[in-house]
Amino acid sequence: MDNAAKQMKSGQYKVMVSHFVQYVPLVRELVGRDLKVKYRRSFLGYIWSVLNPLLMMMVQTIIFSYMFRSNIPNYPLYLICGNTLFTFFNESANMGLVSIIQNAALIKKVYIPKYIFPLSRVVSSFVTMSFSLAAVVLVMLITRSPLHWTILLFWIPLLFLLIFCAGVAMTLSALTVYFRDIQHLFGVVTLGWNYATPIFYPIEQLPDFAQTLMKFNPMYHYINFFRNLVMYGNIPGPNTWIACAVSSFVMLFVGLWTFRKLQRNFILYV
Amino acid sequence: MNINEQPVIVDVNHVSMRFNLATEKTETLKETLVKRLQGKLSFNEFYALKDVSFQVRRGEAVALIGRNGSGKSTMLKVVAGVMYPSQGSCGVYGSIAPMIELGAGFDMDLTARENIYLNGAVLGHDRSFMDAHFDDIVDFAELREFIDVPVKNFSSGMVTRLGFAIATEVTADLLVVDEVLAVGDFMFQQKCLKRLDRMLSGGTTLLFVSHSTPQVCELCDRAIWLDHGVKRGDGPVREVCDEYEDAMRRGEA
Repeated sequence: MDNAAKQMKSGQYKVMVSHFVQYVPLVRELVGRDLKVKYRRSFLGYIWSVLNPLLMMMVQTIIFSYMFRSNIPNYPLYLICGNTLFTFFNESANMGLVSIIQNAALIKKVYIPKYIFPLSRVVSSFVTMSFSLAAVVLVMLITRSPLHWTILLFWIPLLFLLIFCAGVAMTLSALTVYFRDIQHLFGVVTLGWNYATPIFYPIEQLPDFAQTLMKFNPMYHYINFFRNLVMYGNIPGPNTWIACAVSSFVMLFVGLWTFRKLQRNFILYV
Repeated sequence: MNINEQPVIVDVNHVSMRFNLATEKTETLKETLVKRLQGKLSFNEFYALKDVSFQVRRGEAVALIGRNGSGKSTMLKVVAGVMYPSQGSCGVYGSIAPMIELGAGFDMDLTARENIYLNGAVLGHDRSFMDAHFDDIVDFAELREFIDVPVKNFSSGMVTRLGFAIATEVTADLLVVDEVLAVGDFMFQQKCLKRLDRMLSGGTTLLFVSHSTPQVCELCDRAIWLDHGVKRGDGPVREVCDEYEDAMRRGEA
């Protein structure tokens, strides 16, 4: 019995993988749809993905350089690095959150592996973020930031962040089916999270206990990793690597586990 | 060719489907917790299907008949993998083309062209496959002039035509059809029936729900009669349909 159950479980994962291959075109179509719908009828279209972070950075630079007397070198670049990564997290989590309930019509009528929906939302946010990286490059050129070879490794923290976001999106999308309130609550959570992450202030400005607490904020590690590569030209030590890897994979497994547990009854609640 | 020698393609094994009809709809966490603490969270259990078993062999055309609410659509959804049975199991051995609601996968903001690719991907086909079949789909749906119009501007008949054209473009092993032929004008219905007929002679298996007895008799050779979630008849289409209509006339079913 135990063996049979185990076999069934491994069979399920095998089915999951083979499904994934079969449904790669669907992910592509859904991502394409998200991008198309996002900028449909706007005059500038995809340019907004570059323009938006630039304008955001300008506003924040103006406001914050008056408010705090921060002595961060190249503050605009510091800001836009943090913002780009956090915006990706924010967007993918918020879009992933509603991905199941928004696709209720489809889920009720056709068999599709349901994790495709949160996943495709994360991928489309990732694509949007890749456009926004052009804004980061632009800021680097304008501010004449020195180019380090480590910039070539910029994709490593982004990859960790992508895995983390996939986990978050899967967890939230599954829970939201049962508790719609999460939609309203999560906006507050991300706002708090945004302030609790050193995006527009340096971590050194925090009191000691807060700096220790910050070690448990995965977003801090991803952003720190990214800034080190892009701005300061050094590769972070093993602690950052471990923190990034552990947080992203733990989140992914939490997401997979929650989703697998809850997905059977989606149809009765969406 | 004896149908009984063909391999089983659908194996429905003692399937029951239970729904909890919440007496008071609780949706929020607070309400659920409060109710649970008060012990007031009670459900009316409702069985849409009760211990239904049947097998369908390759090449058969089977109709599910019965009154509204007898569990036909639920049965189809279980077969299509959309719902998991509360008890029992349901195995499908082969590829499946579900037509439970045509155009379910359409995004109303996208054009017909974009939706063909999207809906194709929903059914598991990649872009190159859809490229190869694009023209056939458009021709069958008779929508060539409207191909770049957003689907939200389509009439319901146009949406159905497009959905049917996409869903039947592939030759799947099993076709699951839920009353989709009720919409569309007479000409298009005839065209659809002809297409289904052609697929059947090509070895496709059909599971069909319809309230139109003539349609059922024309298309299927076997019928399963569901009554309040229980299987009440299973056999050659004529016999079961006659039994069903007799029971209806007597006012008992």
